[in-house]
Amino acid sequence: MALKDITLGQYYPGDSAIHRLDPRTKLIGTILFLVSLFVVKNFTGFLFCAICLAILVKISGVPFRYMARGLKAVIFLIVFTALINLFMTPGTPIWQFGILKIAREGIYRACFMAIRLVMLIFGSSLLTLTTKPVALTDGMERLLSPLSKIGLPSHELAMMMTIALRFIPTLLDETDKIMKAQTARGADFESGNLRERAKGLIPLLVPLFVSAFRIAADLAMAMEARCYRGGDGRTRMNGMAFTKLDTVAAILLILYFAAVIALGRLPLF
Amino acid sequence: MSKETVIQLKDISFSYYTENADGTLNTDTDVTMKHSEKRFALDGVTLDIERGSFVAVVGSNGSGKSTLAKHLNALLLPTSGEVLVCGMSTADPDNTWEIRRRCGMVFQNPDNQLVSSVVEDDVAFGPENLGVEPSEIRSRVDNALNAVGMYEFRKKGPHLLSGGQKQRIAIAGVLAMQPECIVFDEPTAMLDPSGRAGILKIIRGLHEQGKTVILITHFMEEAAQAERIIVMDQGKPILDETPAKLFAHAEQLSALNLQMPFGASMAAKLSARGVDLPEGIITSERLAECLCG
Repeated sequence: MALKDITLGQYYPGDSAIHRLDPRTKLIGTILFLVSLFVVKNFTGFLFCAICLAILVKISGVPFRYMARGLKAVIFLIVFTALINLFMTPGTPIWQFGILKIAREGIYRACFMAIRLVMLIFGSSLLTLTTKPVALTDGMERLLSPLSKIGLPSHELAMMMTIALRFIPTLLDETDKIMKAQTARGADFESGNLRERAKGLIPLLVPLFVSAFRIAADLAMAMEARCYRGGDGRTRMNGMAFTKLDTVAAILLILYFAAVIALGRLPLF
Repeated sequence: MSKETVIQLKDISFSYYTENADGTLNTDTDVTMKHSEKRFALDGVTLDIERGSFVAVVGSNGSGKSTLAKHLNALLLPTSGEVLVCGMSTADPDNTWEIRRRCGMVFQNPDNQLVSSVVEDDVAFGPENLGVEPSEIRSRVDNALNAVGMYEFRKKGPHLLSGGQKQRIAIAGVLAMQPECIVFDEPTAMLDPSGRAGILKIIRGLHEQGKTVILITHFMEEAAQAERIIVMDQGKPILDETPAKLFAHAEQLSALNLQMPFGASMAAKLSARGVDLPEGIITSERLAECLCG
């Protein structure tokens, strides 16, 4: 079945140093990397970020082509942002046609924005490519757990994400089953204009919602039968532990951030 | 009786409806339609289940067998009467979690009872909820997965497994809580014959290891493997016998739409035609033995 072949998240299996890092280190590292992209003031800074990122990708063993796939979905956004910046930035005009004019500053800013966006995508996909969805959820739960004191339901959020991940394939199967059943009864999901097609989805969505509620009720009962009563007093089988690798990563991260700030201060292009 | 009673039902009744002040019935929203004509899903059930026994509960749809199962670990509380699990009343909220730990439950749908997208994390779910030490959880998970023969699948996602394999994971998840008693609520209803045979083998194995096993089923072939069969009808246990004695009530069973196992019904027919057979034949294997031997 085609629907069964989907990969959960976009994890790229491997055993590199990056894969082995604690998910918390990777989460914080990714956030810092994304922040650093906004601290960068010049192209030399970007070049430095790009070199660091390239080294990380190389270590992770994820093929470049695999990473670039993430760009496809947002290529429109990148082009759009670049064009807006290109035409809308005021400054010394070097080309003009009617109301369209391109300024020197515009070219500079368009390139700047496009590079920033591409690096944002690469940086965050390195995290999702090298971390299992479950580890990612666990990491988030741990990182957010101090906030539970001020009322943020960190355990509940993580549990919801875990269950959502678990049930994506189940709901896809269910969708597939309902679609076949409705097709057998003459439902048409493929032809007609946009409005007709949207209307055609009703016989799919209504039973799907009903079955999602039924699954939720079943699961809730099964969880209660297995003594689930929220996050209090719960232990975890796979305790997370920072290793030497994480210490090294933390030091490198601090050095990296210092370098980015220093480069921003220098009068470089 | 020499054996210790592990579960005791004292005249329990249960209704999915609550009565309004004016005497009309108020229907609970998650009632399935099959209960719609009846007020009581369970109607005065009194039973004792002994430690280490293997009890099967059979009955047609809507006979109350699943409702009965949910009373055994406080998922449902009786409208009247009392359920005692290891001496603890299910009506007392302080006992709820200890009862659920001691009396595990495996449900019908293999898909809707697994929580995590990694097999071993799912098995660890129960012990994690109980607050067991991480190293202890690890060994319990490994033991439970080995017991159901799924150890090599521990890193897989449940969506890549067959129905029978998922059901084995569900059993491992219950075993990791180290219960004394396991209730199986139609665990094979959604499986193919080979998956069904595998699950039954595991259930028999658990019984042999001394666990108390309660198997809710509508397959008589499966019930025949138990030491004791309880037949439910209209919320009441109407027969409570060993398999060999139960299958002597052939007419009564067929009146309840329950099919006799092939071996037993064939033996009964042959005996009626004058073939000399010993009493109490249940399985086809035993029948073949008696005919050829």
